[in-house]
Amino acid sequence: MKNIDTIGHVTGKSVYLDDISTISGTLHAAIVGSAIAHGIIVNLDVDEALRLTGVEKIITYRDIPGENQIGCIIEDETLLAEHEVHYQGQPIAVVVAQTERIARKAAQMVKVTYKELTPVIDPREAKEKGLLLIPPRTFRMGNVDEAWNKCRYIVEDSVEIGGQEHLYIETQGAYAYPLEGGYIKVHSSTQGPTAVQKVVARILGLPMNLVEVDVVRLGGAFGGKEDQASGFAAMAALAAYITGKPVKLVLSRHDDMRITGKRHPYSADFKIGLSEDLKIVAYEATLYQNGGAAADLSPSIMERTLFHSTGSYFIPNTKVTAYSCKTNLPPNTAFRGFGGPQGMFVIESAIAKAAEAIGVNAIEIQRLNLLNENDEFQYGQKAENANARKCFALASEKFDLETLQKSIEYHNQNNKYSKKGIAVMPVCFGISFTNISMNQARALVHIYQDGSVSVSTGAIEMGQGVNTKLAQVASMLLGINISRVKIHSTNTTRVANTSPTAASAGADLNGNALQIAIRALKERLIKVASEILEYPVEELNIENEWVTHNGKATTLQWVELIKKTHLKRVSLTENGHYATPIIYFDKTKEKGHPFAYHVYGTGIVTVTIDCIRGTYAIDDVYIVHDFGNSINPLIDLGQVEGAVVQGIGWVTLEELAFDSNGRLLSNSLSTYKVPDIHFAPKSIQCIALPTLGPDLAVLRSKAIGEPPFMYGIAAYFAIQNAIKSFNPEHRIKFDSPLTPEKVLMQLYKGH
Amino acid sequence: MISFILNEKPVNTDCNPGMSLLDYIRYEAKLPGTKIGCREGDCGACTVLIGELANGKVDYRSVASCLYPLINAHGKHVVTIEGINLNNTLSPVQQAMADHWATQCGFCTPGFVMSFTGFCMNHEAPTLQRAIEAIAGNICRCTGYKSIERAANDIALLMKEKDISDPVGWLVNKGYLPQYFSDIPQKLKLIDAYVPANETDAQLIAGGTDLMVQKPDYIYEKRVKSTLNGQQPQGIAIVDKTCTIGGATKVSDLISSAELSLHFPQLKDYLMLVSSEPIRNMATVAGNIVNASPIGDLSVMLIALNAKVLTIANGITREQPLHEIFLGYKQLNLIPGEIIQHITFEIPKNSSQFSFEKVSKRKYLDIASVNSAMLLEMKNGKVENCRISAGGVAPIPSYLHKASNYMQGKELNAEIVNRTVEIMQDEISPISDIRGTAEYKRLLLRQLFIAHLQKFLGKRFEQVL
Repeated sequence: MKNIDTIGHVTGKSVYLDDISTISGTLHAAIVGSAIAHGIIVNLDVDEALRLTGVEKIITYRDIPGENQIGCIIEDETLLAEHEVHYQGQPIAVVVAQTERIARKAAQMVKVTYKELTPVIDPREAKEKGLLLIPPRTFRMGNVDEAWNKCRYIVEDSVEIGGQEHLYIETQGAYAYPLEGGYIKVHSSTQGPTAVQKVVARILGLPMNLVEVDVVRLGGAFGGKEDQASGFAAMAALAAYITGKPVKLVLSRHDDMRITGKRHPYSADFKIGLSEDLKIVAYEATLYQNGGAAADLSPSIMERTLFHSTGSYFIPNTKVTAYSCKTNLPPNTAFRGFGGPQGMFVIESAIAKAAEAIGVNAIEIQRLNLLNENDEFQYGQKAENANARKCFALASEKFDLETLQKSIEYHNQNNKYSKKGIAVMPVCFGISFTNISMNQARALVHIYQDGSVSVSTGAIEMGQGVNTKLAQVASMLLGINISRVKIHSTNTTRVANTSPTAASAGADLNGNALQIAIRALKERLIKVASEILEYPVEELNIENEWVTHNGKATTLQWVELIKKTHLKRVSLTENGHYATPIIYFDKTKEKGHPFAYHVYGTGIVTVTIDCIRGTYAIDDVYIVHDFGNSINPLIDLGQVEGAVVQGIGWVTLEELAFDSNGRLLSNSLSTYKVPDIHFAPKSIQCIALPTLGPDLAVLRSKAIGEPPFMYGIAAYFAIQNAIKSFNPEHRIKFDSPLTPEKVLMQLYKGH
Repeated sequence: MISFILNEKPVNTDCNPGMSLLDYIRYEAKLPGTKIGCREGDCGACTVLIGELANGKVDYRSVASCLYPLINAHGKHVVTIEGINLNNTLSPVQQAMADHWATQCGFCTPGFVMSFTGFCMNHEAPTLQRAIEAIAGNICRCTGYKSIERAANDIALLMKEKDISDPVGWLVNKGYLPQYFSDIPQKLKLIDAYVPANETDAQLIAGGTDLMVQKPDYIYEKRVKSTLNGQQPQGIAIVDKTCTIGGATKVSDLISSAELSLHFPQLKDYLMLVSSEPIRNMATVAGNIVNASPIGDLSVMLIALNAKVLTIANGITREQPLHEIFLGYKQLNLIPGEIIQHITFEIPKNSSQFSFEKVSKRKYLDIASVNSAMLLEMKNGKVENCRISAGGVAPIPSYLHKASNYMQGKELNAEIVNRTVEIMQDEISPISDIRGTAEYKRLLLRQLFIAHLQKFLGKRFEQVL
């Protein structure tokens, strides 16, 4: 089943936020952002800007009728700065004008004078100064202090991990217009329509039932529009509310890059201890999350870093502490993997460091310590259907890891200025929102009298194909052609109180809610069929658009059945509600069963570096991935390929550069480089681990969005290994991203 | 009045000539299929095709509409995604993208479709490599590109059948392009030449690929004059070993010049490192020089070739060596209104070798950390002529006089090479910036010099290290 949006996409007919036909009289907004990273606003002079022809209104915090607060987990973030500014680009005012060009020009004419304060950019410095967004948390198992005595090998080091710009190609934006009776409608490019609805209601001082949020699709999001779309939607809504006119706010790329938060940079210290036979006995780590100027989703992201801090490994004695540090960068936010990749990067660094110190291949240590069935994670959950070893073994066998390694050795022995490297990345990723209450969803299904089916859920389509999967669920379970099913926009008036489409859980949560609705509808339809055909319900089904009796088609076709059901005054509408069972977590003990299930896999990455120029190419990526019983193998393959390339980008090219004043230097596509078609690996081969899939995944098809991202981490270590084969003096460094600059410097360090 | 054909419709507009074609398409013509991604030519989401009359037929090239000043559209055929859609069926490009699931969020997709369509419509032999090159300026953040490569493969295979002497005619006959394309040559002929506003203070613009990035609002508000209205020389001529390139020649024209590639077999590979195909289809040689970027790729290449620039101002022409035109950071030895008309250089002797090297964070569509070019002529085992240039190591694209002079008359051995490296380090002054630390740029220049030698000497190069 193809992606149902494909035709619209390739013909340019798919509608994104900025493509919505505007209502006559629509005004355009632009943001006045702070020019400094930390300071006090001494004066705000809008006079000159207001005199510019075409400017309608300049809005500051004083104009907010409700509460100037957009913080979701912690209430620590204003929509528009009041007195103090905490990061460069922080919104201070919104200019509303007749055209976007005038609005942007006027925004530049607003004069803000500041009393500058010293910004803090480094998370360790923030921690030293007591600047924490939340109190630190520690996950532990066994007794790490006693365990060091049992270790034959102990190594320690520090790790620096860079952030990542989402670079969704469609920038953030919203279009808001007032309707009658104080009601406001907002089109937003958001992963979380309810989050937008709540924030808009709060800012405007309205009850939520006077705010409608509608989302057709997003031009990419990757977590960047989970929470951070809300502020921009609120600005558009505020401007619409105040002017009484429709207002559109679409960020320029520069504004988007400088104002919005990114994947969190982390700094970390680790200590790892292994036994003589290379079993990891103890692991201790301290992680400093660079949270930026407000909490945003950082507390939850830090939590997931802790959950994934032991990666795919069983480690009997652990102590991992994380600090969420408040700095003067834009509030960092969700990004595919949600803190998991950083936690995994640190444990992989520890393993690589240990391997170097002991003089063995890191792959050996990885292999020997993978999770077994019923092994306990440090957060108390036991590994069930633990496929870590199966994936690793199948990858080693199918891709002939040993031969791969030998051919790389051979190449390196025979080439002085071209060196290859290889590394393996096992992935184990927990599926569920770690905030238990968010693991719920609803689906609203109408069957119309002509037999067409209308589905609304809380899921947002952003390229991951969730709408196609939902259409498949509906058509498979109803036994009808998929062309009869329409997946509608995500709208808060049809489906309320939604969780954002995030945590790889969109298809699971909304798909399961849809199943519940469809099963209830189908039960009613079969009952009607049973009355008409006079067969017992248990012998009836609907298959290929016909009511069937013991598997054979009857005379009753789908459309006829629907017409008759309606005539019998039986409801053709159903609302399904799903809440993930089993899961719980006790934060006082940091133990529980937070995940519905885990996704496993093993990735292998090979690279070649040019030791004259310091440049490198990603050669091949080999993956064994645990899809469960994939409902749509080609959509899932697309997710794997896209995620792994994004993961490779994170640890190689994608370098966020800030100056010491907290100004983003990599603020455009000419200074922030993401993979292009030439940089993508020459080949990506992906094999599915044959499994049945867990009960809690939608139709046993496992969540797919985030887990494959982390295979990309192998690229970092593969390049490190290649550097070592050129420069024997080189000691492995943990400083991501590994740009061509760092590679060249490391190749010639000591030369 | 600017007149052109937008898809099937003739357009006459009084919009500002400095407006970007992208804004015209989306907000004046209300065609939302063309997307805004970055407005600096770095993502390809806004790619459209520009058709230009040549010998009675229309040649189509892809361009980044965000950087394309409306004034340059005069007399052209502008094709957006809406203009290639067929009735009730998909074009082969669209079909291949759909077949291979090469679209996820879909936002970048129209740009990819247009770049691929440009590949189908051009006159070159349709290889998979060319298909990939055609989309190399398009960024996709969702797919990881593998599905797009699979689509490219299908497209290249299908295009093997095309008639490269009349690709548009072939595509229309096959039903792969809308019928209206057949009438475009006739319609274009009816458009009168552009009458430039007679204003002396008008801002001069060429391809727009730098000015539209640096100051789009200024260009929008200002009256602009284009060097591409037919009055400035374009084209490449090689007469008596002297190569003359018209200032308004596009970078793509350098790539497709058979004569140039005869003398510089590697030129295409080198020029592929300069931005992306849609940008090369817009950017001019003179534009690349006058933007005075310290890492201008063409400037660095041409300095090593000892190019001269012929300029004209107030009817007076003068000639100066290219490397002397750069006075300081973004400062040129040109007076206001002075225009580069031609660039000339002597074709290197058969015995000489030319190399260009560039390292940037990402190999393609990126700005160099350091780039360098070198021309080397050997006679009887000694250096007879040597010119080394470098970008990114000083406020201007630099001719490395001292290093180049030192090598004259020397044998190539380890001592000489080491000494040259030392001299080179003394005549550069790199700064730390977003393209790298000063320390890195120094090391990189040494490495690029070694890379030149590796190309010149083959396996022997290790003996001189």
